[in-house]
Amino acid sequence: MKFGVVIFPGSNCDQDCYYAIQSVIGKPVEFIWHQETSLKGFDAVILPGGFSYGDYLRTGALAKFSPVMQSVKEFADRGGMVIGICNGFQILTESGLLPGALMRNVSRKYLCKFLEISAETTDSPFTNQLRKGQVLSIPIGHGDGNYFADPATLKRLRDEDRIAFRYHGENPNGSLENIAGILNEGRNVLGMMPHPDRSSEQILGSTDGKQIFESMVNALAGAGR
Amino acid sequence: MKATVIVTLKPTVLDPQGMTIQRSVESMGLPEVADVRQGKYFDVNLADGVTPDRGKEIVQKLAKDVLTNPVIEEFRIVWEPK
Repeated sequence: MKFGVVIFPGSNCDQDCYYAIQSVIGKPVEFIWHQETSLKGFDAVILPGGFSYGDYLRTGALAKFSPVMQSVKEFADRGGMVIGICNGFQILTESGLLPGALMRNVSRKYLCKFLEISAETTDSPFTNQLRKGQVLSIPIGHGDGNYFADPATLKRLRDEDRIAFRYHGENPNGSLENIAGILNEGRNVLGMMPHPDRSSEQILGSTDGKQIFESMVNALAGAGR
Repeated sequence: MKATVIVTLKPTVLDPQGMTIQRSVESMGLPEVADVRQGKYFDVNLADGVTPDRGKEIVQKLAKDVLTNPVIEEFRIVWEPK
């Protein structure tokens, strides 16, 4: 079982993700530079938070042209597990791996704080260790987390049980239907704005995020990885 | 050849920045400003010798695939007269 953490120019949560997998979860993990063109040997790929390409043009828009993204697409098409956290989620929507877009927060403010999200489905490799409706304490840190999709896309996400997380109580950014995280059609790609990497140890204020990584480990172990 | 690509949010998409500008302008004493929508523009210069047909194709592709997120934005291209 091997995790990979992609580093784009401007990523800044790559170390957090690496640390969470290596030291908290205790599984093998390697960094993947964005110029890489092969993901051979990896079982799960993390696109970390940060400000890839300085958020120039639109958040996540230029990272889709990094060579590694073609490999990430092929990896995901073959059923490989991909999680995009924060800027990683923005990159996944810009790359077309997930539907919709992440717009400027309605408040126009950059928000960095703990809040609550609820697990909306347990039917995914990222949420199998959670209970449906379970409330997680987890931090956000973003200026563009306002999820937008047209009504047909939202209906499809609902009908196919692809809304992974919703904000519980307060909606911090204006996201439609309080969406905090969504799955792709194959359920092997998750994008979420909150940071499980910053909530995997009690010293950081919560261990709830760890259950998302544990779900991934559980799914990989079940697949014989 | 030179083109300007203007990217704006679709009319159906809320523009919090434009709304903030409109409200600020109202409080500075210009209530006649009813609506402001914020967008981006890009000046694009093509290399010498590109044919007009090819140039149009290139700028169209650039605007559609790179400069615009089709989920929330739309674009128009203004060509600079020679």
